[in-house]
Amino acid sequence: MALKIDLDLCTGCGACVATCPFGALSQRAEDGKVDVNEACTACGACVDVCPVGALTLEVADRSAMAAEAEQYRGLWVYAEQRAGQLQDVTLELLGQGRTLADKLGVELSAVLLGHQVRGLGDKLFEYGADKVYLVDHPALENYTAEPYAEAMSALVRKYKPEALLAGATSIGRGFIARVAIQVNAGLTADCTELDVDVEKRLLLQTRPAFGGNIMACIVCPDHRPQMATVRPKVFAPLAPVPGRTGELIEEALNLKDPVVRVLETVNAMQNEVNVAGAEFIVTGGRGVGAPENFKLLEDLADALGGAAIGASRAAVDAGWISSFHQVGQTGKTVRPKIYIACGVSGQIQHLVGMSSSDTIIAINKDPDAPIFGVADIGIVGDLFQVVPALTKALRR
Amino acid sequence: MHIVVCVKQVPNTTQVRINPETNTLIRDGVESIMNPFDENALEMALQLKEKHPGTKVTVVTMGPPQAVDILKEAVGRGADAVVLLSDRAFAGSDTWATSYALSTAIGKLEKPDLVLFGKQAIDGDTAQVGPGVAVWLGMPCITYARAIEIADGEATVERLYEDGYEKLAVSLPCALTVLKEANVPRMASLRGKMAAKKLVIEPMTAEMSGADPAKLGLNASPTRVVKIFSPPPKAGGVKWQGEEPEVMAQRLVDLLRERKLV
Ligand SMILES: Cc1cc2nc3c(=O)[nH]c(=O)nc-3n(C[C@H](O)[C@H](O)[C@H](O)COP(=O)(O)OP(=O)(O)OC[C@H]3O[C@@H](n4cnc5c(N)ncnc54)[C@H](O)[C@@H]3O)c2cc1C
Ligand SMILES: Nc1ncnc2c1ncn2[C@@H]1O[C@H](COP(=O)(O)O)[C@@H](O)[C@H]1O
Repeated sequence: MALKIDLDLCTGCGACVATCPFGALSQRAEDGKVDVNEACTACGACVDVCPVGALTLEVADRSAMAAEAEQYRGLWVYAEQRAGQLQDVTLELLGQGRTLADKLGVELSAVLLGHQVRGLGDKLFEYGADKVYLVDHPALENYTAEPYAEAMSALVRKYKPEALLAGATSIGRGFIARVAIQVNAGLTADCTELDVDVEKRLLLQTRPAFGGNIMACIVCPDHRPQMATVRPKVFAPLAPVPGRTGELIEEALNLKDPVVRVLETVNAMQNEVNVAGAEFIVTGGRGVGAPENFKLLEDLADALGGAAIGASRAAVDAGWISSFHQVGQTGKTVRPKIYIACGVSGQIQHLVGMSSSDTIIAINKDPDAPIFGVADIGIVGDLFQVVPALTKALRR
Repeated sequence: MHIVVCVKQVPNTTQVRINPETNTLIRDGVESIMNPFDENALEMALQLKEKHPGTKVTVVTMGPPQAVDILKEAVGRGADAVVLLSDRAFAGSDTWATSYALSTAIGKLEKPDLVLFGKQAIDGDTAQVGPGVAVWLGMPCITYARAIEIADGEATVERLYEDGYEKLAVSLPCALTVLKEANVPRMASLRGKMAAKKLVIEPMTAEMSGADPAKLGLNASPTRVVKIFSPPPKAGGVKWQGEEPEVMAQRLVDLLRERKLV
């Protein structure tokens, strides 16, 4: 697809230039007529506003691809497991996947890869899957990208789903990007909204870009499957239906030995509550001032009955706390019941990771801090006074 | 050893905004920088070069002619060779087409032992190009790496997870995507800056890379951006100020208890 400009029709009114979301259009110095540069994505926004019809989208002949795409049916969710534990994001994706599959009138399937993980199938059915595709193989015992991608690509080639969703986790983002190249499909990273255009059978994939400053809606018109990784915690799982079952399809694949070997796995958060799944989070930012002051937040977390400790990037970069605690764009996305931000200014990169928390409480001494813009309850004050007071009040 | 580092020129995204009236990106005054994570990838390569004499570091970027700025920066810091892959034919490439194009350029170089990428580019934030290039090159790829040791043609790599890390071993050649935690990028040296000044960079075109034109640019990209918009503003709630901390704290706890949240 490409933008075609009919210079004879163009009157140089400039209407299109202002509408281009990507700044790809300009008016030529010599005659004011429109010119397009390489930033053009052929989104078509300008075509609609041109009063004289000088702009058109030249559509390449894609009938062959469209016919091929017709053979793809059904929605798949990658069922991420680590050490035999299904990850929460899988259940969240089954929840949203169920809605989308019903809209499209197709089956929802989960793809389970691993070694001796057959037992996880039941849970996938209970959370909404109609089918489970299982590859159980020693090469999949530990996650490494190559055999996981090989197994997924083999299933996609054989069963031809029209869409494939995976969690935007370190595993999901790591190997699904390989699958996209192997099966020649488009992949949209780290989506925060998903819908479908039923008529065109398109997955509408919305995601933040430019550090969360803008949102972009992305589609994959011709290639199949339409693939997306989806941020954890943006969708809610369905209530499980005990005893709900479906069809388990086990695929025996001949996988090569992994080329990457796992020597050692270290859990760095052994005795700590992981922010990723926590119901209560107390987060410290630069305002906490020093590593030892995190003790105040830990006391509050304790008074809340065991909250996780989160951190802004500023606190992590200062070396006050490990990066496993970081919330935001380059940290974790969280959706706790209560999020208490202490001494966090609330820059967009932090907000994208926590703004969908149920109740946000902000403690900051600057009344104009952007965090108050998203906080349900904001307390303007010194965290060194407010936090201990909160801990005390909770313990009473 | 030959190490290739892929770096991208990106707008400093902390400055990017949308004009709410026209729904267009406001680009005025937004500076272009080397993608921050790519600085860590380059630093990892330079540290390996220091440890393993005889190592050559080649930096590759695909972008418009002005992307030469970041190549000069890379030479200033100690890169030995650079490639500017630049052609209108690449315009509109998504991660699928970008990873193909980069792989053809790398294919023209002396066979690399290690190909390094940043964890992700801060404009698109996809983290897909590194694993993608690795597939085109037929290499394994370890994502989210924060440390590497190389001995006897084998790399030991620390790969980060959400809650911990893993030590992995892999035979070279392989690809890595590198985290910020990996190191602190150095500044350009005076000598490097001199070398960068003298640098004459002849862009590599699509034809020179030997890429299949049918796999390039917007037309070959499976994904399409159909709309961009500002994230919906979130309305704030109540804000308490000017009272004693104990009073506000007690009110908050009462409220949370009333709502049965604690
Ligand atoms: C590519 C990229 C990715 C990023 N990813 C992330 C990310 O994942 N997560 C993230 O958090 N950030 C991220 N950032 C950084 C982000 O832009 C901000 O710099 C960061 O969130 C700021 O952290 P902060 O709020 O703790 O610090 P600051 O912005 O310095 O704010 C500190 C706040 O504490 C308040 N304060 C100080 N003392 C007290 C006190 N005694 N009592 C009460 N309040 C006090 C101040 O009023 C101020 O509002 C990213 C940036 C970039 C460019
Ligand atoms: N145009 C490009 N030129 C060179 N390297 C790139 C380009 N785009 C992406 N990369 C590399 O791929 C990494 C991931 O980018 P992305 O997948 O866009 O988030 C970056 O950190 C770079 O190392």
